[in-house]
Amino acid sequence: MSATVAMMLALAVGTYAFRLVGPVLHGRVELPARVQELLSAGAIVLLVALLATGALTEAGGFAGWARPAGVLVAGVLAWRGAPFPVVVLGAAGATAVLRAVGVA
Amino acid sequence: MMASLGPLAPLTPLVRDSALVWLASGVVGVSFGAIAVAGGLPVWVPVVMSLIVYAGSAQFSAVGVLLAGGGPVAAATTGLLLNTRTLAFGLAVADIIGRGRIARLLGAHLVTDETVAFALAQPDPARRRAAFWISGIGLFAVWNLGVLAGALAGGALGDTATYGLDAAFPAVLVALVLPALREGPAVRRSALLGAGLALALTPAVPAGVPVLVALAGLTVYGRGGGRRTA
Repeated sequence: MSATVAMMLALAVGTYAFRLVGPVLHGRVELPARVQELLSAGAIVLLVALLATGALTEAGGFAGWARPAGVLVAGVLAWRGAPFPVVVLGAAGATAVLRAVGVA
Repeated sequence: MMASLGPLAPLTPLVRDSALVWLASGVVGVSFGAIAVAGGLPVWVPVVMSLIVYAGSAQFSAVGVLLAGGGPVAAATTGLLLNTRTLAFGLAVADIIGRGRIARLLGAHLVTDETVAFALAQPDPARRRAAFWISGIGLFAVWNLGVLAGALAGGALGDTATYGLDAAFPAVLVALVLPALREGPAVRRSALLGAGLALALTPAVPAGVPVLVALAGLTVYGRGGGRRTA
C-alpha cells in the first residue's frame, strides 16, 4: 500500500508543479504580447484536440458511433446558437437514445 | 450566450452553465470512486487522490493502470503525462488567476480543462476571472463529493455510458471553444491541424501525448491577423 501512497504523492506533486508554473511566473517574467497571444491560442488548440480525441476515441481505438454522433448534435446546436445546457444535454440525450436503440 | 445587463447579471448564466458541468462531473466522480473501490482499493485512496491530484482523466488512468497490475511507477507516469497539458493551461490563464500569493497557490490547483475553457470563453477580464473561480471552486467541491459518494456507495449508478455522459464532456468543450473558432481564422486552422495530428497519433502513442502534439498546430498560426483568440 505504501507504493500506492508514493504513486499518489508523485502524481499530486508533479501535477501541482505543472499547474503552478504559469501563476508563479506571472508578473515576474514579462511575456511579450505575441507569446501571450500564442499561449491563449495554444489553450484553444489543446481544448479542441481534447474534444476531438474525447469524442472519437476510447483507449486508443474508435469510441463507437453513439458518442461522436452526440457530439455532432452538440456542434450543430452550438453553431445555431442554442443555450449551453441545451447543447450539453442534447449531446448526452442523443448518445443515450442511440445506445438505447442498439447503436454502440 | 451571455448577455450583459448589469454588474451581476452576467454571473447568473455563468453559474447556470457551470452547474451543468458540476452535475456531470459529480456523476463522473461517483463513477471514479465506485470503480476504484470495486477494483479493490480502500475507500480513502480515491478520496485522497481526488483531493490532492484533482484531475479526472489522470486519476482514471492512474487507477486503471494500478488495477490492471501495471504497477505504481507506470500509474504515476501515465497520470503525469496526461497532466503535462495543465502547464500550458496554467500559463494561458495566469493573468486571469491574479497576482496575490493565495490566489496563485489556490488557483493553480483549480486549473482543469473545464475551468480554462469556461474562463477563456468569457468576453472580458472581469468575467474571465469570475468564470475561473466560480466554475473552479464549484467543480472542486462537486468532484470530490462525488468521488466520496461513489467510493462509499459503490456501483449504484450502473454504467454511466447508458446516460450518454461520455458525450457530455466533449460537448461542453464544443460549446465553449466554438466562439473562439468562429471569430479567429488563425486559431481555427491551428486547432484543426492540431486535432488532426492528435487523432492520427492516438492509436500509436501513450495517452496524453496526442494532445501535446496538437500544439504543433500553432505552426500554421502565422501572425494571428490581430484577432482576439480567446
